[in-house]
Amino acid sequence: MPTSTEPGRPDPETTTLARGHDGRPVSDRGDTVCVIGAGASGLTAVKNLAEHGFGVDCYERETGVGGAWNWRHDRSPVYASTHLISSRPFTQFPDFPMPDHWPDYPHHSQLLSYFERYADHFDLRRHIWFGTEVVRVEPVGDDRWDVTTRSTGGYGPERTSRYAAVVIANGHNWSPKLPRYEGLEQFRGEVMHAASYKDSAQLRGKRVLVVGAGNTGCDIAVEAAQQASRCWHSTRRGYWYAPKYVFGRPADQVNDLLLALRVPLRVRQWLYHRTLRLTVGDLTRFGLPKPDHRVYETHPIANSLLVYHVGHGAITPVPDIERFHPHSVELTDGRHVDPELVVFATGYLPRFEFLDGKLLGDDEGVGRPRLWLNALVPDHPTLAVTGLLQPDSGIFTLAHWQAVLFARLLRLRVSRPERAAAFAARVRAGAGERYSGQVKDSTRHWFEVGHADYLRALERALRELESK
Amino acid sequence: MRSWEWARPVRPVRREVLSAVPELEEGRPPLLFVPGFGHGAWAYAENWLGHVAARGFGGYAVSLRGHGASEPAPEATLRAYAHDVVQVAASLPRRAVLVGHGAGALVVAHAMARYPARAAVLVAPVFGGWATFGTALRRNPLGTLPAVFGAGLRLNRRQLFSGELPDADARRYTGRLGRAARRAQWQLLTGADPEPAVGDPPVLVLGSPDDRVVPAAALTRAARRYGSAPLLFPGMGHDLMLDARWREPIDAILDWLVKDPARDDLG
Ligand SMILES: Cc1cc2nc3c(=O)[nH]c(=O)nc-3n(C[C@H](O)[C@H](O)[C@H](O)COP(=O)(O)OP(=O)(O)OC[C@H]3O[C@@H](n4cnc5c(N)ncnc54)[C@H](O)[C@@H]3O)c2cc1C
Ligand SMILES: NC(=O)c1ccc[n+]([C@@H]2O[C@H](COP(=O)([O-])OP(=O)(O)OC[C@H]3O[C@@H](n4cnc5c(N)ncnc54)[C@H](OP(=O)(O)O)[C@@H]3O)[C@@H](O)[C@H]2O)c1
Repeated sequence: MPTSTEPGRPDPETTTLARGHDGRPVSDRGDTVCVIGAGASGLTAVKNLAEHGFGVDCYERETGVGGAWNWRHDRSPVYASTHLISSRPFTQFPDFPMPDHWPDYPHHSQLLSYFERYADHFDLRRHIWFGTEVVRVEPVGDDRWDVTTRSTGGYGPERTSRYAAVVIANGHNWSPKLPRYEGLEQFRGEVMHAASYKDSAQLRGKRVLVVGAGNTGCDIAVEAAQQASRCWHSTRRGYWYAPKYVFGRPADQVNDLLLALRVPLRVRQWLYHRTLRLTVGDLTRFGLPKPDHRVYETHPIANSLLVYHVGHGAITPVPDIERFHPHSVELTDGRHVDPELVVFATGYLPRFEFLDGKLLGDDEGVGRPRLWLNALVPDHPTLAVTGLLQPDSGIFTLAHWQAVLFARLLRLRVSRPERAAAFAARVRAGAGERYSGQVKDSTRHWFEVGHADYLRALERALRELESK
Repeated sequence: MRSWEWARPVRPVRREVLSAVPELEEGRPPLLFVPGFGHGAWAYAENWLGHVAARGFGGYAVSLRGHGASEPAPEATLRAYAHDVVQVAASLPRRAVLVGHGAGALVVAHAMARYPARAAVLVAPVFGGWATFGTALRRNPLGTLPAVFGAGLRLNRRQLFSGELPDADARRYTGRLGRAARRAQWQLLTGADPEPAVGDPPVLVLGSPDDRVVPAAALTRAARRYGSAPLLFPGMGHDLMLDARWREPIDAILDWLVKDPARDDLG
C-alpha cells in the first residue's frame, strides 16, 4: 500500500492481467497514460492529458505535490530565502495566472501554494499516487510500457502496470553535481552541496567559501555576506550579474519588450552591457574576473544583491579552486584561504535511474538525452520527457506546452495514425536541436533554451501536427 | 508566442467580487458571472447570485475594472477585462463555469482562450462589429452615436428591460449604469475575433428575441460559432438577469449544467 498523507487516488483496479518479461503479473491499464512525478511539470502533464480525454496515473515519490518547490521534500533544492528569479508573467502556467496581488518575484512558499491550488482547481489529485516511486520503465512492444513502482523507501512489494504512454517529469534539480579536487578527503572543514543548504543559520558566524555562481551560488554568497564571519566566492569565470529591476520594471520584462520588437541579439547584448556599465560599472575594480563571454551566453543570473555586498567588502571574489589542504583551500592564483565551511553550489545533473539511458538516446548514461524540443523521443512515439529545460525564463509555461504537444500527438495516433507516423520522422530529424543562441560550453548549458526561440519552435510543431 | 503578454503584463487592479455560496458544498462547479459594459457585479447580485446558491452552486460576480466598485481604469482594453475574468476564475476553488452577459460575453470568449473553463454561457451576447452598432444606433441614436467619439455608451430602459419590470426598479437599475473604457468600446466595434477556446468547453447561448440590443440573428450567429442553437426567452429585455422574469433564464442555465449529456463529470 502506498503511504499517503494526501487524499490521492486509491489502488488501481487490477484489470486484465498480462505477464511481464520475466513472468511477473502486470495489470493492464489500457489507454491510460503514466506520468512520473507531480512537480510542476508532472502536474501540467496530468492536467493537459486529462483535458485531452486521456486516463492518467501519476506516481509521486513524495507525499505532496510541488516537487522542488516543496522545500520539506528530502530532495528539494530550495532554501528558506528562495524567491523566483523569473518574474510572475514569465513563471506562471499560461492558463492559470498567479494572483495579481502577488509580488513580482514570489517566495517559494507562494509557489508551493500555487501548485497546490492548481492541483485542486483542476482536480488532479485523484490521478496521483503519492509515496510511490517508479523504479523501472521498460518498453514492451506495440509502443507500450511496463512501469514498475513501489512505496518510496523500498518498503512493500513492487507492482507493474502496463501503459499506453509515459511522461517522464522527474525534475533535474535534485541530483547534485559534485566536482572532485585533489586533497578534498583530507580537508578538515565541513563540506556540503547546496542541495543540503536550507537555512542561513547554517552559515552563522562561520568562515564560508561558496563555489559556483549559478543563481544558487549567488543567493548563498549573499546570505553568507550577512550571516557568516567571512565569505569567499569562488568562480571559474566572470559573469554578468543582472539586477532584478531595470528602468523601473522587472528586467526580464524589459528584455522581452526588446524581443517582441525583434531587436537583434547583438543589439540587445550591446544595450545590456551599456545598461550595466552605466549602473554598477566595471566589476573588475572589485576583483571580479571579466566575463569571458557576452551576456546571454551563460544561464542568466538574476541577483541585485551580489554586487552590492561585494561593494561592501562582505563578499571576497576569488578564482577557481586548485586543490584542498587539510586546513586550507588553495586557489588557482596561488592564494590560500581557510574556510570552516565549503558550499558547492555547482549545480545538478539530470538523472533517469529507472530507465535504460539508450531509450532516450543517452548512450553514455550521463543524463544527456537526445530529444526533439527537449521532449519527444526518436523511435519511441509514446514516450516523452517534460521540464528538461534550462530556460532564460520560468519553466512552467514551456512544460505546459510540451504537455499539450504530447497530448495532441497521442490523440493523433488514435484519430489519424498515418499522420502521427509522419510526425515520427519529424521527431527523428529534429533530435538534438538547440533553441538558444551561442552558449558557453558547460555541463549545465546543453539544455539551455531561449524561451522565445523555444516557444516559437514548439508553436510550429503544434501547427504542423494540426495541419498536415 | 504571446510576447506582449510577457513584456507588458496587464496592470494589476483591485477588483470587486460579490458572491453567494450554498451552505452545503456539494462539489458542483462554481459559476463566475461577468457583466456587460456599463454594468457591475451588482447586476447579478440583485437576483441571480442568491438563486444560484439556493440551487447548490457557488455564485460569484466580478466587476470589470472601471465598473462597479472595482478600481477605475479609463485605459482598459478588452485584454485587461479578460485578464480580470481569468484572475477571478483562477482564484476559485474549482474549475469555473463562465457566464457573460452582453459585451461581457465577448470578454468571456476572450477569457476562454486563456483559461480552460468548465463550461461557458453567453447571455444576450454582444460580439460587436458594425452590425450591432447599427442596431443600437437605430434604437437609441442619442445614446449610441457619441460612443464612437469616445463618450460613454448609454443604453436606455426600453433597450434593457421589458415593460413588465416595475418602473421604480427600472429607474434604479439604469441609474447605476456606468461606462466602459473608451478603448474597450472601440475594440468592441473593430477588435479582433477571440482566439479559440482552450480545453474544449461546452457553450450555451441564450437571449431574448425581443432584446432591443441584440437582434435574434446575432444570437443565432453567436450560437452557431459554438455549434449550437440559442435558447430563447421571448418577451424579455436585454438585461435578462434584472428583468421581471429573471428566474427563467437562470433556471435554464443551471438545468443545462446539471443535465448536459456531454458533461457527465459535472456532478
Ligand atoms: C533554488 C532553485 C530555484 C529555482 N527557481 C526557479 C525559478 O525562479 N523559475 C523557474 O522556472 N525555475 C526555477 N528553478 C528550476 C526548478 O527545477 C523548476 O522550477 C521546477 O521545480 C521544475 O519542475 P519539475 O516538475 O520539472 O521538477 P521537480 O520540481 O523536481 O519535480 C519532480 C518530481 O518528480 C518526483 N520524482 C522524481 N523521480 C521520481 C520517481 N522515480 N518516481 C516517482 N516520482 C519521482 C519528485 O519527487 C518530484 O516531486 C529553480 C531551481 C532551484 C534549485
Ligand atoms: N529562483 C532562484 O532564485 C533560483 C535560485 C537558484 C537556482 N535557480 C535555478 O536552478 C537551476 C540550478 O542552478 P544552480 O545555481 O544550482 O546551478 P547552475 O546554474 O548549474 O550553476 C552552477 C555553477 O557552478 C559552476 N560550476 C559547475 N561545476 C563546477 C566545477 N567543477 N568547478 C567550479 N565551478 C563549477 C558553474 O560554472 P560554469 O559557468 O562554468 O558552468 C556555475 O557557475 C538553474 O536553472 C537556476 O536558474 C533559481
